Amino acid sequence: MSRKGISDKVAVIGMGCTRFAEHWDKSVDDMLVEAAYEAFNDAGIEPTDVEAAWLGTYASGLAGITLSGALKTQYIPVTRVENMCATGSEAFRNACYAVASGAYDMVLAIGVEKLKDSGYSGLTRPPVPTDGTAPNISAPANFSFLAPAYYKKYGLTEEQGREVLSRIAYKNHYNGSLNPKAQYRNEVSMDTINKSPLVAAPLGIMDCSGVADGAAAAIIVRTEDAHKYRKDPMYVKALSIAAGPGDGRLRQDFDFTMIKENVAASQAAYKEAGIKDPSKEIHMAEVHDCFTPTELVIYEDLGFSERGQGWKDVLNGKFELTGQLPVNPDGGLKSFGHPIGASGLRMLYEMYLQFQGKAGKRQLDNPKIGLTHNLGGTPMQCVSFVSVVGKELS
Amino acid sequence: MKGIISYGAYIPYNRLQRSKIAEFYGKRGLGGEKAIAGYDEDSVSMGVEAAIDCLNGVNPSEVDAVYFATTSEPYQEKGSMATIATALGLNKNVRGIEANASLKSGTSSILAAQAQEKTLVIAADCRIGAPTGQNELWFGDGAASLLVGSGDDVVAKIVDSGTMQGEIVSQWRSQRDDFTQNWEERLGSTVFLKQVREAITPFLEKNDRTPDSIAKVIISGPGNRAHTQAAGALGFGKDQIQNPLFDFVGDTGTAHAPMMLISALESAKPGDQLLVIDFAEGLDFILFEVTDAINSLESRKGVETYLSIKSDKLLYSDYLKWRDILKTEPPRRPATERPSAPALHRGYDQNLSFTGSKCRKCGTAQFPKQRVCTQCQAKDEMDDYRFVGQSAKVMTYTLDHLAAAPAPPIVAVIDFDNGGRIICEVTDCSPKEIEIGMNVEMTFRRLYEAGGISNYFWKARPIREKESV
Repeated sequence: MSRKGISDKVAVIGMGCTRFAEHWDKSVDDMLVEAAYEAFNDAGIEPTDVEAAWLGTYASGLAGITLSGALKTQYIPVTRVENMCATGSEAFRNACYAVASGAYDMVLAIGVEKLKDSGYSGLTRPPVPTDGTAPNISAPANFSFLAPAYYKKYGLTEEQGREVLSRIAYKNHYNGSLNPKAQYRNEVSMDTINKSPLVAAPLGIMDCSGVADGAAAAIIVRTEDAHKYRKDPMYVKALSIAAGPGDGRLRQDFDFTMIKENVAASQAAYKEAGIKDPSKEIHMAEVHDCFTPTELVIYEDLGFSERGQGWKDVLNGKFELTGQLPVNPDGGLKSFGHPIGASGLRMLYEMYLQFQGKAGKRQLDNPKIGLTHNLGGTPMQCVSFVSVVGKELS
Repeated sequence: MKGIISYGAYIPYNRLQRSKIAEFYGKRGLGGEKAIAGYDEDSVSMGVEAAIDCLNGVNPSEVDAVYFATTSEPYQEKGSMATIATALGLNKNVRGIEANASLKSGTSSILAAQAQEKTLVIAADCRIGAPTGQNELWFGDGAASLLVGSGDDVVAKIVDSGTMQGEIVSQWRSQRDDFTQNWEERLGSTVFLKQVREAITPFLEKNDRTPDSIAKVIISGPGNRAHTQAAGALGFGKDQIQNPLFDFVGDTGTAHAPMMLISALESAKPGDQLLVIDFAEGLDFILFEVTDAINSLESRKGVETYLSIKSDKLLYSDYLKWRDILKTEPPRRPATERPSAPALHRGYDQNLSFTGSKCRKCGTAQFPKQRVCTQCQAKDEMDDYRFVGQSAKVMTYTLDHLAAAPAPPIVAVIDFDNGGRIICEVTDCSPKEIEIGMNVEMTFRRLYEAGGISNYFWKARPIREKESV
């Protein structure tokens, strides 16, 4: 194959995912073993069939030995990758390219994060020595900038805005209530969401994703080898990542109603996958709903809604399980929490289950093209990842 | 003739009503309020703010020397002069000395300034009185700054001055003491009165001045009554006594007499005689004559405006937390790491003077300094560009309840009217006031102390005009 891009060159033949939860009784090693062996068994392979591995973890271990020590892989290459909250997706992306290059026939992409051992609320970042003058802004505060800016630009009242954000949280919790692997498996009422205590005004605690531990894994082979392992593999149509130069921090023309990296990453992915109209051609999506306003702007950044129309599409149910383009059918970060290294692979796991008709009570009607989106950083500057995956070859 | 060329003051935004202290301890109340340095302020940050006010209309490169007077230095070992000089954009070769310990260091600094130079005197204090004590009630936080030199632009010339050394232990704080201690007040006030009689009466005679020829007598003495006793003993009437600011600010230590002097200058007319008497282990005394130049001094905030820029909603419990007297449960976030000294070193010029860069190719202002332009990506085409004094507005904001700060900080995206954007804390602002489009200005603050290192930087604050007079 000489054509550029990853489309249809590699396929996923096995996946695994732990339940995402406060795993007080499970270590990083336990979760890695659990996710990896579920993937091995699912693919029907031996652990020794894997020729190389990519481990995504933000801060739960250093280097490839975090994985090789847990699985006792026998001196194969293991690369640890970190790309903030897109870490899990980045592990998958690098693993896919390694297979596509022909360097390996079969690789493992795995992500893990142990957040609940820190004793802190929310995410914490590994200390990098600095002059300490940059404002120490919490993650919800960074993303809360989006809400008032969006309301102002598109003429929403505070009450309308609240309704829209709450509907996003409500949807994701509803979807999560149908998912045995979610951290939170109960519906949450609109009233509870509307009245949740403020974390970073106007965001309340119910606008935030949970904090959980978890791991997820994928086995990747070249497309032509996939049918040796199973008849229903998941094909990779596009992989894209955009790292931003920090326009939002430095330039006044950034207005906090969008995330530029999302636009760049999705446009590149659509080109690679040959998608012209994402709102029609994509049947389902798992997106990075770290906070409710993030999901709102993602709809527009990814072309699921016209600019300024995302909030109306929320209210008309477009992104619900029964809607035209279900978003976060598994419950999203909202129901799963966000063990950073694992989240990107957890999103792909849902695509995989949906394509195979194994998504239980939340099964969609024969979806053929799915999208995962994962971002790391802030609306002002981030890395944004988009994959397009499919049930069939194009 | 040597005198004062310019002046400026700073009074922190938060005021604590003394009745709240009394209420907390179930005691009878005392009137008035005292100024409280915020959790992000100290003697250095307040001193810089007062000096910015003083240097309004003055080219900072004209300053030859800086004297910084305080009894509440952030460090026992390591000076603050370079911090102050860099924050104010003074010349690198400016001379400087820090006058500590004596409460009359502010006036001593005025006396030490050389006539043929321009000396920036900064006096600032942020002292902590022991809870339930007199000092807690009387001490207030604030800063004053005076540009001392000679020439036609002297607004108040020094006619004569003197000093009396008179050792006494009436008020003291050792290196090991958390709080100021006092001997019984009668000792200090008696000795003070004796010193005033011995020194001031002949001083006025020598200068051919009678008490009624003096417009205002500015006295910073021990306790809260000595100044009226001394003025009376010297033959001054009540209306000649400069208000000691006890009811609005409190006793601001080294800054007390200089702040009173500034307050007097704010309502002075050309020809007015002002007599300053500053007590601490003896006296400094200075006779000023106000000149015509006072009428052409550029307007500034001074004591008068800062008195009206305030919030009196502060809770006593907040004050106790800010001063680390009341230990509270830490937030469930990692403790603030001490800043990296090499990284601080590389960033001092940028961070203390709030200097960013402006692209020569496309004219875009940016902070922090960039090598590659955010707008046109030109490499190394930047000129230094100072953001201090630039008008700015709130573009959007949030209230960060998770931050590891003594109060949920307001964090805002700030767009400068002449270009450039920063994201920083908005201080001295209530969550009820903040709104998109609000006008803000930058203020010098101590972000935090970690590992014993005080980290200074700039924050935004609402622009508050003086209440209409």
